[in-house]
Amino acid sequence: MKLSYYPGCSLEATAKEFDSSVRAVSKALDIELVEIPDWTCCGATSAHATNHRLSVGLPALTIKQIQKMGLDCVVPCSACFNRLKTTEYHMIHNADIRQEMEKTLAFQFDQQPRVYDMLAYLVEKYGLKAISQKVQKPLKNLKVACYYGCLSVRPAEITGIDSTENPMQLDNLMKALGATPVSWSYKVDCCGAGHSVAKSAMVTNLSGKILAKAREAGADAVVNSCPLCQTNLEMRRPQGEDIPVFFFTELMGLALGSPEARDWWNKHLVDPSKIVNSIQAE
Amino acid sequence: MYIITENGSKALDLNFTNEISRRSGEDIKACFQCQKCASGCPIAEYGEMDTNQVIRMIQFGLKDELLKSKAIWVCVGCETCGARCPNGIRIAAIMDTLREMAIEEGITPAEKDIYLFHQCFLDSAKSLGRVHEATMLMKYKLKSGHLMDDVGVGLKMFLKGKLALFPHSVSSKSEVRKIFEWAKQKRSGH
Repeated sequence: MKLSYYPGCSLEATAKEFDSSVRAVSKALDIELVEIPDWTCCGATSAHATNHRLSVGLPALTIKQIQKMGLDCVVPCSACFNRLKTTEYHMIHNADIRQEMEKTLAFQFDQQPRVYDMLAYLVEKYGLKAISQKVQKPLKNLKVACYYGCLSVRPAEITGIDSTENPMQLDNLMKALGATPVSWSYKVDCCGAGHSVAKSAMVTNLSGKILAKAREAGADAVVNSCPLCQTNLEMRRPQGEDIPVFFFTELMGLALGSPEARDWWNKHLVDPSKIVNSIQAE
Repeated sequence: MYIITENGSKALDLNFTNEISRRSGEDIKACFQCQKCASGCPIAEYGEMDTNQVIRMIQFGLKDELLKSKAIWVCVGCETCGARCPNGIRIAAIMDTLREMAIEEGITPAEKDIYLFHQCFLDSAKSLGRVHEATMLMKYKLKSGHLMDDVGVGLKMFLKGKLALFPHSVSSKSEVRKIFEWAKQKRSGH
C-alpha cells in the first residue's frame, strides 16, 4: 500500500513525536508513505478566519501536488486535514472555484486521488481486523478517553464522519489494540484550539474541563489525533492535573511493538512514562 | 422599517443581511432562534452576545455593532453550532465572513491579540512557505508586548527539541506568495 503523506507545520516542531509515530506505525503496517515534496502550509485557522480566498488557495497548492503524485493522501493533523478536505470539497461541488484554482495554479483537478484523515483511513480503509492481527503487545488494563475534538469531526459534509456527537473510530481502534475506551461526554468538545496563545486563560479553562471529565470517567490517559489539541491538553491545564495525553499513533506504536517508541515519551510535556512502563512490563 | 437599539432607532439595513448571505453562502433567514447554537457554544461567556443573537443582529442589519464586536473574534471556529443547527446554517462560515468584512473595512479588531496572532502566523507561512513556530511566536510576543507569557513552557519545549531555532524555507514558497497575491483580490462569494 502506497500513500502520499502531508505532515503539516506542527509535525516538524511541537508535534515531532506525532510525525515519528505516524512513520513508525505505517512501517509496521507495511504502508509506504511518500512525503509530498516541498509541501506548503495549509493556512490553518488563521487563513479561514481572516481571508476566504487564502483559505481555499493555500490548500489548493497541496491538492495540486497530490493530483500530480496520483496517490491518495493521508493527513494526521486534524486541522490540516480539515483545510485540505474543505478545499477538495469546494473543488468538487463548486465549478467556479475549481476552474479558478485550475487556472491560477495551472493544473487539472480529477476526482481521484483523495485526501483522508489518517485515523479514518487506518480504521476504515486499512481495517481494524488487519491492525489487530499485527498487535504484539495488547494495551491490556489501559483505560483511555478518546478525544476527537473539532476538526476531524465537523462539519460532517466535509469530514465524512458518521456521527458528529458520538464518533467511534478512535474508540474502535483502541479496542482493536486491546485498550478499554471509557464512555464520556466530552469527546467532541473544543479545547480552545488556535486561541492558545492570544487567549490562554480561556483555553486553560476549556482544556482543563476536558481533562477533568476524562479522569472522572475513569480514564488513565487521553488519546487524540490533533497536534494543537495535544499541545493545549498538555500545556493549558490547571496546576496539579497530571493525566497524560497521547497521539493515537503513539499508542498504536506501543501495541505494534515499534522500536522507535522510546524516542517519543521525552517529547511529552506531561510525563507518560508510568503508563508506558506498565504496558511494556505486561 | 426601523429597529430600536440602545443608541436609538435606525433604519433596517438589509444590504448587510444580503451581503453576509451571499458571501458566506448561508441562509440567514432560515434561523428561527431556537438557541441550540448558543447552548453548545464553548466560548459563549467570552463575547458580548450569544451565537443566536449574532444571527438575529445580521437579520436586523446591525453591521457596526457586529463588526466592532469581540464575539466575532473570540469565535474559535469549532463548528459545533453549525453541526447542531436544525436549519443547517453553518454559523462558523458566517463568523469568517464577519471577520473578513471587519478587516476589509479597516475596523480595529475588538480582540487585537487574536488578530495579531493570525497575522504573525500567516506572515510566517508567506515568507517561508511553512509556518516556523518558534520565530512566529517570538514575533507575536514582540508585537503584542506579552514578552513574559509562557517563557517557562517555551524553554521546556525548546529543551525537548520541540521548537527548532532556525527556520528553513521551501523552494515552493514562490507559489505560496502567488496565492497570497491572488487572495488580496476582493472575494466574490462562495
